[in-house]
Amino acid sequence: MIRLEPDPLPGRAKVAAVYSGVLALAFALAGAVFAAYGVGPLEAYGTLLEGTLYDRQGLAEVLRRTIPLLLIGSGLTLAFRVSFFNIGAEGQLLLGAAAGGAVALFLPSSALSLPLMFVAGAVAGGLWTLPAAWLRARVDVNEILTTLMLNWVAGHLVIYLVNGPWRGENVQGFTYTDEFPDLARLPHLGDTLVHWPTLVLGVALAVALQVLLTRTPLGYELRVVGASSRAARYAGMPIPRVVLLTGLLSGGAAGLAGVGEVAGIHYRLLDPSQLSLGYGFTAIIVAWLARGHPALVLLTAPLMGLLLAGGDLLKISLNMPFRVIDVFSGLMLLCLISGESLARYRVRWR
Amino acid sequence: MMEEILQALARALSFGTPLLLASLGALVNERAGVVNLGVEGMMAVGALAAFGVASETEALGTAVCLAMVVGALAALLHGFVTLTLRANTYVSGLALAMLGLGVSGLLGKKYEGAILFEPAPELPFTVAAGVLAVVLWGLLYATRPGLVLRSVGENPAAADVLGVNVVAVRYLAGAFGGAMAGLAGAFLSLAYRPAWTDGMTAGLGWIAVALVIFVGWSPLRAVLGSLFFGLLYYLQFRLQDQSQVPTEVFAAMPYLLVIGVLALAGLRRMQGAAPAALGRPYHRGER
Repeated sequence: MIRLEPDPLPGRAKVAAVYSGVLALAFALAGAVFAAYGVGPLEAYGTLLEGTLYDRQGLAEVLRRTIPLLLIGSGLTLAFRVSFFNIGAEGQLLLGAAAGGAVALFLPSSALSLPLMFVAGAVAGGLWTLPAAWLRARVDVNEILTTLMLNWVAGHLVIYLVNGPWRGENVQGFTYTDEFPDLARLPHLGDTLVHWPTLVLGVALAVALQVLLTRTPLGYELRVVGASSRAARYAGMPIPRVVLLTGLLSGGAAGLAGVGEVAGIHYRLLDPSQLSLGYGFTAIIVAWLARGHPALVLLTAPLMGLLLAGGDLLKISLNMPFRVIDVFSGLMLLCLISGESLARYRVRWR
Repeated sequence: MMEEILQALARALSFGTPLLLASLGALVNERAGVVNLGVEGMMAVGALAAFGVASETEALGTAVCLAMVVGALAALLHGFVTLTLRANTYVSGLALAMLGLGVSGLLGKKYEGAILFEPAPELPFTVAAGVLAVVLWGLLYATRPGLVLRSVGENPAAADVLGVNVVAVRYLAGAFGGAMAGLAGAFLSLAYRPAWTDGMTAGLGWIAVALVIFVGWSPLRAVLGSLFFGLLYYLQFRLQDQSQVPTEVFAAMPYLLVIGVLALAGLRRMQGAAPAALGRPYHRGER
């Protein structure tokens, strides 16, 4: 029998060791799934690393995938801290992209276009979270279900927009909008697809949220609510308001990521399946790895960015479906939460 | 007119069957106090397992059994992570949903777009789901095992004192829930749409989880609830052809409705009907 004894304050070394161990386990299990699919795990991981880390173009791809993960991940880190499991970042990203697209397409373009797009995207992403956040904060409706449902609704909304009223005039059979004007496009780093202003925004957001968490009254409330809602209630803290605000904040961050994708990569609003590679879901792992510290997202986002870029390579060179990302995400999440328990307990065999 | 109503009911029943199967499983699971959000993933692996066996061997019975076994195994993994390792129930379920969709998409790639030439009939699944609802209702409220199951979900400490092995009951209830999700998946890939496409569960698993809350954890009301959602799916297809409203509105309808019913359930405090220890881990000697 396995018996667990509490170890409430595990040392840093223990936590790091346990985390590395469970991550290795996740990759080993994913390798087993690859083997079942008929691709040697070593071949798969070799392809994945070689194509991403060994040349400049590969690194640029990793960086490009890291950008939305930075933004969404740092928002989710805060949300997870107060146990608001926002699974709807995918939909909030789409709403941000749509709102940014609306500014680019329908407002006169000027030097203010890009800032305005980001503002609109953040507001739209935040508002898209409102029903779920409000229901959770006020009447305790499970936010995983509601935010997930809103993903599908957002997807259909964008499909409707690019098929119907917003469909471009010169796109022939395709379903997307016209291209954005030049002033609504983000500059790139050299000849890569790295839209650096969004990257800077992502880094700034991660740092800003870390400061918010550790240096402001709201951050203090957030930490107390996260650590013990009973203590927060006893101290008279407005728990619903803290949860609501954190939820809106995470949605707004995802909205920013959506604007980055349309203004930096596609220059138009297009079908949801082409707009996002499941950034909203991958960012869950980014946030979980960061263990409640938004600044740590600066390390964890590139890791998942590498996996996303690697997933593309596996698809192209080994003909594996992009679903491998879901295999990675699911296994990593399962192993991480198990590891978290293991770190907080001493395992005794008897 | 009469014919049309009958046809609508028949379609609603077949749309509602996977929902009813999966939600009955989730209901038993939650009656024991454990939430498993991974229904969508267990349904997906069940659907693939069933389709794989059926297209290789044409043994439909074996296909259904394997789907249930695979679903139950996935649920046991959830049990191990949440009951033995005591990790977060909600996140574990979410991870299981991702993993199930990922594994079924990956391993199912060789069947992508394949069709089953001798599909299973729908009726046995529908009848089984209906009978199961009644049987479960009887079991839950009129037998000792039902009482034990409910006590574990309502007050695990008291059940423990009376000699009930709380963790074992929760594992068993979870395995049942997984098997039912697998069965629902088998219905999808063998009978309802006898083919395999990645992501064919299309959110039905999540709707099943929401349905359990909507019907207030009652097996009999689950029949009505899944019939209601079945009717909605039917209307979605019917109205799509006839009206000026964009098709996307109908496509988004079930998801919006789930949010609506969850909101309603929350606002009316229907969650009072929830098992008192739902989602709370139980450790002897800890509060």
